[in-house]
Amino acid sequence: MKLTIERAALLRALGHVQSVVERRNTIPILSNVMLRAEGGKLSLSATDMDLEIVAGVAAQVGSDGSTTAPAHTLYDIVRKLRDGAQIELDVSGEKGSMTLRSGRSTFTLACLPPEDYPLMAGGELPHNFTLSAGDLKRLIDRTRFAISTEETRYYLNGIYLHAAQSNDVAMLRAVATDGHRLARMEIPLPEGAEGMPGVIVPRKTVMELRKLIDETDGEVSIALSDTKIRFHFDEAVLTSKLIDGTFPDYDRVIPANNDKVLEVECKLFAEAVDRVSTISTEKSRAVKLTVERGSLTLSATSPENGTATEELEVSYSSTPLEIGFNSRYLLDIAEQIEGEGAKFSMADAASPTIVRDSADSSALYVLMPMRV
Amino acid sequence: MTTLCRDCGVLTETPPVDRRCASCGSPRFKSHAELEALTLAHIDCDAFYATVEKRDNPALLNRPVIVGGGHRGVVAACCYVARLSGVRSAMPMFKALKACPDAVVIKPDMAKYRTVGRQVRQLMLETTPLVEPLSIDEAFLDLSGTEKLHQGPAARTLSLLVKRIEQQLGITASIGLSYNKFLAKVASDLDKPRGFAVIGRGEAVQFLSPKPVSLIWGVGAALQQRLARDGISVIGQLLDYTERDLSARYGAIGRRLYRFARGEDDRTVTPDAPAKSISAETTFNTDISDAGELARILHPLSERVAERLRNAGRGASGVALKLKTADFQTINRSRQLAKPTQAGEILYRAALPLLEVEADGREFRLIGIGAEGLVDQSQADLPDLFEAAPSRDARLDRALDAVRDRLGAGLVQRGPK
Repeated sequence: MKLTIERAALLRALGHVQSVVERRNTIPILSNVMLRAEGGKLSLSATDMDLEIVAGVAAQVGSDGSTTAPAHTLYDIVRKLRDGAQIELDVSGEKGSMTLRSGRSTFTLACLPPEDYPLMAGGELPHNFTLSAGDLKRLIDRTRFAISTEETRYYLNGIYLHAAQSNDVAMLRAVATDGHRLARMEIPLPEGAEGMPGVIVPRKTVMELRKLIDETDGEVSIALSDTKIRFHFDEAVLTSKLIDGTFPDYDRVIPANNDKVLEVECKLFAEAVDRVSTISTEKSRAVKLTVERGSLTLSATSPENGTATEELEVSYSSTPLEIGFNSRYLLDIAEQIEGEGAKFSMADAASPTIVRDSADSSALYVLMPMRV
Repeated sequence: MTTLCRDCGVLTETPPVDRRCASCGSPRFKSHAELEALTLAHIDCDAFYATVEKRDNPALLNRPVIVGGGHRGVVAACCYVARLSGVRSAMPMFKALKACPDAVVIKPDMAKYRTVGRQVRQLMLETTPLVEPLSIDEAFLDLSGTEKLHQGPAARTLSLLVKRIEQQLGITASIGLSYNKFLAKVASDLDKPRGFAVIGRGEAVQFLSPKPVSLIWGVGAALQQRLARDGISVIGQLLDYTERDLSARYGAIGRRLYRFARGEDDRTVTPDAPAKSISAETTFNTDISDAGELARILHPLSERVAERLRNAGRGASGVALKLKTADFQTINRSRQLAKPTQAGEILYRAALPLLEVEADGREFRLIGIGAEGLVDQSQADLPDLFEAAPSRDARLDRALDAVRDRLGAGLVQRGPK
């Protein structure tokens, strides 16, 4: 394998794949990125055995071939080379090594044989559909903050993507929850997604996916089976295993009869929560909402710090209510609400509360109150 | 050399020539060059449980007294008469009785000891607010800055405090006075009972040098063995190494080895230092190997730990299982919980898998369970969308706590689910 490539192009392609590679690996070859030169193109693959990203980039290929080289080292080298530099990659030298030349710099990197590289096995991906980058981005952003990190409930460590009916309209839904809050986002079901199985996309895949979306504005085509999912971008393909588990029946925790409706101006509300929570203890982050006709009082107390209160004008006409929430969770949700208003539907101080964007019904958040 | 009469607190420049205090006639003195400069003390009650029992039953005064549980338990405390026969605290009961067959064995009355312990604490707190209890009957006291208040150096204040403990509560205690916690604790052990030992800056390094490394707080059997393999058995040998050497070789404790060997300890006296763990354990009458039976004993222990968590307003983020084999090997296993809890049932269920691994047919003499990684109770058992309301369980627990509070511990208990 011998090729020449412009630094920026290689850096960009490496950037897409290198973060998949774990910093510590017990299997040495998993620290490497696979490089394959073929027909005027360089393709780069990285995997952690659960998630694989393949990025392609144009290069002047002198001779076809492939190798695997340490991913983070290669990325660091390319990053430090001068902007606009031409880089030559050559494996014709000493066996088990790759030479990288650029200007007056020469690096020799230890390589491992490409035959040993654990590429993800193929397998049928029978369900295919296409989403705009914007839709995919919204599905992820509106839900990923609620993904659980709790290892015992591993089936909550991802976003549950599935087809569902919303008022008799077929929807593609993304749901994430950690047991304390739940986020649900839906868009009209794209063609080809009918009959897809519900799948749980792991957290790391979600994070890598989100980075790739930032670099594209076209469409993303998605293929999946009940064990794997693949996302095709212009310059990269991400394939991931799915979490093998059953996502809980989340519908039953979304309350249907919460009749105490509070509407706030979202930005003012978030700022006030942020201010008041300065007082709440680092650990509990609790704020209390005291709601009366037309007014909301946010308050926090901490035995060490003192107290804080702030009053907001709101729309509320039901019976008075006191309810506590984790301020961090309130802010996470407020951050996802793009409209001016946020609508809280509550029942009582111990039951789940629903939060929505007043002007947009595509996203819904459920929040468990705290004892305050 | 400054000399203090330990009974009336009179200070003189030199020890009295006739070995009697000029003002009260007492023969108990303490002389030390730094006596007026040292302010950090460790006070330790002498054979606390046994002393309390003797106080309440004067007929026992000159008899060997052992406080401890049944035939299989261990010696919780033994009086100085019993110690003459070789009885030591934490010794298994059967060994103690072999050494001292005519000992009077008394079952511990923890409620009584706690009351007396609180009274001792109260007297300490009247002397300085900087009291850091280490257990029911010992504490560190920082008396710096109290000289004006008590009109005399710390040494005098301490002598009078211990005398007040004797007169008001009828039990004795020993004082260790130095300039840091490590040395104060070491000192309080030097002159027991009714002792007053001082380690000053001038002699600290010389004093420590020939002592075994196990004297250093944090050096247990394992580290002691490791140090011995590396040719270090006494504290003086640590002086040959740099702080970096010791840290590189022994990790975090290396720094402590370096500093303690030089008589340096920068830990401060912290009143109300929150507990790091809460645990309960029991020794069996006969050894047990059956996993089911061990689990049945573990359950009420878990409930007891949970109750103490609730009383302390804490939640546990980890659980530790302790087992002791018939041949006295201690096994400690711990694991993290998914989220902090105050519920005995959750502690129990988290400890069960640990028990199942260890209960492989070996005979055990003791089982215990501990709550670790303590957090504030506001973090514990947070309501969850998908799990059956833990709040109902929590309400039941609180109701049971209230019943036990009124009618006595052990009266009502949860059974295993």
